[in-house]
Amino acid sequence: MPKDHGIGASSKRREDVRFLTGRGRYTDDINLRGQTHAVFVRSQVAHGRIRSIDTAAAEAMPGVLKVFTAKDFEGKGGVPCGWQIHDRQGKPMLEPKHPILAEGKVRYVGDAIACVVAETLEEARDAAEAVEVEIEELPAVIDMKAAVAGGALVHDELGSNLCYDWGFIEDNRAPTDAAFQTAHHVTTLELVNNRLVPNAMEPRCAIGDYDFARDDYTLYTTSQNPHVIRLLMGAFVLSIPEHKLRVVAPDVGGGFGSKIFHYVEEAFVTHASKVVGRPVKWTCTRSESFMTDAHGRDHVTRIELALDREGRFLALRTETYANMGAYLSTFAPSIPTYLHGTLMAGNYKTPLIYVNVKAVFTNTVPVDAYRGAGRPEATFQLERVIDKAAREMGIDPIEIRRRNFVGADEFPYQTPVAVQYDTGNYQATMDRLVQIADIAGFEARRAESARKGLLRGLGVNCYIEACGIAPSNLVGQLGARAGLYESATVRVNATGGLVVMTGSHSHGQGHETAFPQVISEMIGIPESMVEVVHGDTSNTPMGMGTYGSRSLAVGGSAMVKATNKIIAKAKKIAAHLMEASDQDIELKDGKFTVAGTDRSVDWGSVCLAAYVPHNYPLAELEPGLEETAFYDPSNFTYPAGAYACEVEVDPETGKVTVCSFAAADDFGNVINPMIVEGQVHGGIGQGIGQAMLEAAAYDGNGQLLSGSYMDYAMPRATDVPFYKVDHSCQTPCTHNPLGVKGCGEAGAIGSPPAVVNAVIDALNRGGHKVDHIDMPVSPVRVWQAING
Amino acid sequence: MHNFEFVKPSTVAEAVRALGREDAQALAGGHTLLPTMKQRLAAPAVLVSLTGIPDLRGVRREGDALVIGAATTHAEVAKAAAKDYPALARLAGGIGDPAVRNRGTIGGSLANNDPAACWPAGALGSGATIVTDRRQIAADDFFRGLFTTALEPAEIITAVRLPIPARAGYAKFEQPASRFALTGAFVAQFPGGVRVAITGAGEDGVFRWAEAERALAANFAASALDGLGVSPDGLVGDLHGTPQYRANLVRVMTGRAVGAA
Amino acid sequence: MTKVTMTVNGRAVSGEVEGRTLLVQFLREGLGLTGTHVGCDTSQCGACVVHVDGKAVKSCTVFALDAAGTEVRTIEGMANADGSLGPIQQAFQDNHALQCGFCTPGMVMSSAALLAENPRPTEAEVRDYLEGNICRCTGYHNIVKAVLAASGQDVSTIAAE
Repeated sequence: MPKDHGIGASSKRREDVRFLTGRGRYTDDINLRGQTHAVFVRSQVAHGRIRSIDTAAAEAMPGVLKVFTAKDFEGKGGVPCGWQIHDRQGKPMLEPKHPILAEGKVRYVGDAIACVVAETLEEARDAAEAVEVEIEELPAVIDMKAAVAGGALVHDELGSNLCYDWGFIEDNRAPTDAAFQTAHHVTTLELVNNRLVPNAMEPRCAIGDYDFARDDYTLYTTSQNPHVIRLLMGAFVLSIPEHKLRVVAPDVGGGFGSKIFHYVEEAFVTHASKVVGRPVKWTCTRSESFMTDAHGRDHVTRIELALDREGRFLALRTETYANMGAYLSTFAPSIPTYLHGTLMAGNYKTPLIYVNVKAVFTNTVPVDAYRGAGRPEATFQLERVIDKAAREMGIDPIEIRRRNFVGADEFPYQTPVAVQYDTGNYQATMDRLVQIADIAGFEARRAESARKGLLRGLGVNCYIEACGIAPSNLVGQLGARAGLYESATVRVNATGGLVVMTGSHSHGQGHETAFPQVISEMIGIPESMVEVVHGDTSNTPMGMGTYGSRSLAVGGSAMVKATNKIIAKAKKIAAHLMEASDQDIELKDGKFTVAGTDRSVDWGSVCLAAYVPHNYPLAELEPGLEETAFYDPSNFTYPAGAYACEVEVDPETGKVTVCSFAAADDFGNVINPMIVEGQVHGGIGQGIGQAMLEAAAYDGNGQLLSGSYMDYAMPRATDVPFYKVDHSCQTPCTHNPLGVKGCGEAGAIGSPPAVVNAVIDALNRGGHKVDHIDMPVSPVRVWQAING
Repeated sequence: MHNFEFVKPSTVAEAVRALGREDAQALAGGHTLLPTMKQRLAAPAVLVSLTGIPDLRGVRREGDALVIGAATTHAEVAKAAAKDYPALARLAGGIGDPAVRNRGTIGGSLANNDPAACWPAGALGSGATIVTDRRQIAADDFFRGLFTTALEPAEIITAVRLPIPARAGYAKFEQPASRFALTGAFVAQFPGGVRVAITGAGEDGVFRWAEAERALAANFAASALDGLGVSPDGLVGDLHGTPQYRANLVRVMTGRAVGAA
Repeated sequence: MTKVTMTVNGRAVSGEVEGRTLLVQFLREGLGLTGTHVGCDTSQCGACVVHVDGKAVKSCTVFALDAAGTEVRTIEGMANADGSLGPIQQAFQDNHALQCGFCTPGMVMSSAALLAENPRPTEAEVRDYLEGNICRCTGYHNIVKAVLAASGQDVSTIAAE
């Protein structure tokens, strides 16, 4: 029987009730008394020098309070970058200022030049149109390789468009090159990891509210990590101390990374609300979000794999150009480096790996983390080159992977790219995949497709990811400018109910349901006695928020630590009430018992005693029952899995249909299987989107060709099948108290190579010798590949 | 968007009068016009809604033709034409998505003449007559290039008369983002010949593929198209397909339309 | 400004609007019914779907004045009379058909329109009908499952091994 509550139960999500009845409270649902509206004037050219900005006509228009330009932000900082990379020579990366409103130059289509604040949204829009900006257009820097070869500079003062040239690990370089000299076989692949627009369905929104009487600020914003925004914006941009700045991220309609970052609009509305003396609200339109939300991916890679006669991997080397866009978004430099290079070993025992990454400034929207962030890029190139090697050497793609897996008995396994995998069982995960995907039945299905004139293909791949990025002291050495712990305060009320105040943030992940399951299990009380509070810096402890599949592994661990402190104190109170030693107190099913006796006191009585301490050891113990814990992990967690995709290709049109998709994941222990499966489904949907549909494409002048849903193809219900997902292979994480690994990004990391491998397989089985098609494998690209 | 005066007449005559005002614009389902106005690319001073005119709605059979009121929604056509002209019903039922089909109208689509819309292919392929408040225009004379038609200022389409063919089929290859036709082919066989109308592919919008019409008139089978092809010259090239790719789709989709007929 | 009157969730309502005021703006700002969301500006995402005279429409692409005199139903009008979740809402919760919740109101409204037209749709019919509703969280798996469940079909074997 599946459990009906606690750890391992598919508890229904309590947050659903408000979302299903229209009672969610997203940022744009908030309207403050006296609120004004901000509309930005944005650059329509990718690169240019601002000759003049004339705001007079706009300021004279009805309802306009003020038109802001860069001069209104003199003395304020730019939005900071949270990670500093050092290059192969040890020099720090080039780091330009990212001003709130453009200073002197515009650097991408969408760069904010001015902003109108008016009584109504329509008045602000009308006036924004009347702001006259004269720009001398400069040559746009779009192609990354051209950008580093010379020519126009995105940032004149930096002297180069090369942000950094990073080697990992530099000591591996020479031995890796040597291994290639003597290898039996070398497979080379050049590929693009396509630029994506994250497209959380809720567009970004921010409301700044300065309170004169209290001299403090509140920012309501669509953020995955309100504490990080408070720190970055307060300390680096606007010089507001934390105790004078409250950041609230209420219900947030998806993030996928794009709402981690501190954006200029947040700083704008916060500052502007003080200047105009009224709350200032900005709501992004979807068209605006295409040109202002940080994009994802955009790597151009050459990867080479050296193999021996039996198909064992000897060495791997890569050269990647990673697009940073026009400015460094909050965590941009870390994505192609420490979240990418460290994963190049994959699930395999490749002894030598060298990764080179050149990060490049271009006149495009800044690029930063998007679901998976660096790990999908690593997985895609590795699993594609393995597939190509298998085809070249005539080895079955599953077999070649099995031959190279890190064995179940080889953990902890130290990779040649710095990280140490604590646990895993890749053969077992592959076994599960072979079963759920019915690999054995493929040939019959292929024959059936052939009868319909369609080419069927099977794509298989593995992935590994690193979640819960940590520990803080190590990542500090690697350039992180923030800690990466998480926090929780557990407050027990006098009648026994609990509130968990977490520094992590839920924007769809179901923390309000899953976190209480853990506490319910630990104490033995109903989940309904636990409430989760998140998203408001005024009532949660300093935490780093939610991204990188970290909430349960790091935030959940902090909650466990705090709850353990609660239980330890409660046992002392129970011991006092029962006149026993706290060493002898056992907690089970919400009841404290003196071991070996029938003497017991229930949870509620202990909680009441803590707050009504009439019979209480006041000399030794403070009243009350509230504890805070911070948890800083000792290592990453390493979820891993094996994925399979089957496609049908229509050779006449090039159209690819995903017929089936199977995912076998090892997430360690699972708290709520229903939520975990939902996370995998969503990740697969996004991965299929990347593989088949989505592309943020720029023309040579820096105009975004796919700047709306008319041209940016979002996956719809008709584009995907039901997925088969399995997480029964569980090797618990060895270093966090819940043994959990994280599941938020797996689907998006593991699925793109499966789709592309399947398409290439289909074409080759159909007699078309095609090595690779770049994503998205759109009908036109597939048709072109078939037709030479 | 810019503000405007909204008027909703209940007769065609009132609508024509309102459209005679300066910078007046007709509004049907609005699924092209509203997004354009949101981008401030259209800024009418007066917007004349045509959805409140009972005379403009409905589908009726008149002899060998189907007559569809201009303000009839795609969803209504999909339902009402299913028996008399199933290929047309399928075309209407495949436009956009259900919510779009509940608002978008045949007249609005024809007046807009989007080069990737379905209705121009259905009307041209059927050899339809576009009926306006003042005259009747043959489909062959109606479509005049991208977003351009034979309509005069303030002229309102009131109905579309579509001769019912012996057999007809529509095959659309969807552009993956907008779900408009990357290329769509409408094929209709009449006693006097075959008409083939192609949408989505041409730089000037919908066009007839004469070579295929002749071949299909001789032999109404997909195999009749073997060896035929349109030139990529004059076909659209964009993010979603090159002119060569669209030329291929023209042939493939025409064959599939024949198969569906 | 012009006065507009309509029925929303069974209640007669009216308000002053401009010509350019969209139905979704009137619902959200005029009536405070913020359950209906705006996710795009090209009439594609479907977060704003409501029923007008029983038909699913995108309320971001209808002027408030064009909806004068109609019966509008929004997500706020979908619960049972006692406030408990209606059958489609309940199926969405039971099947984990939502994550961030932003597309959910539109999904529920479109699903309700589908089931009104077609009480026992196939999987393909569900997917087809939801073509105009974009979800970024769920990969659609559990949404399609929930709609099938709401139609009374057995979903226990979906994607089982």
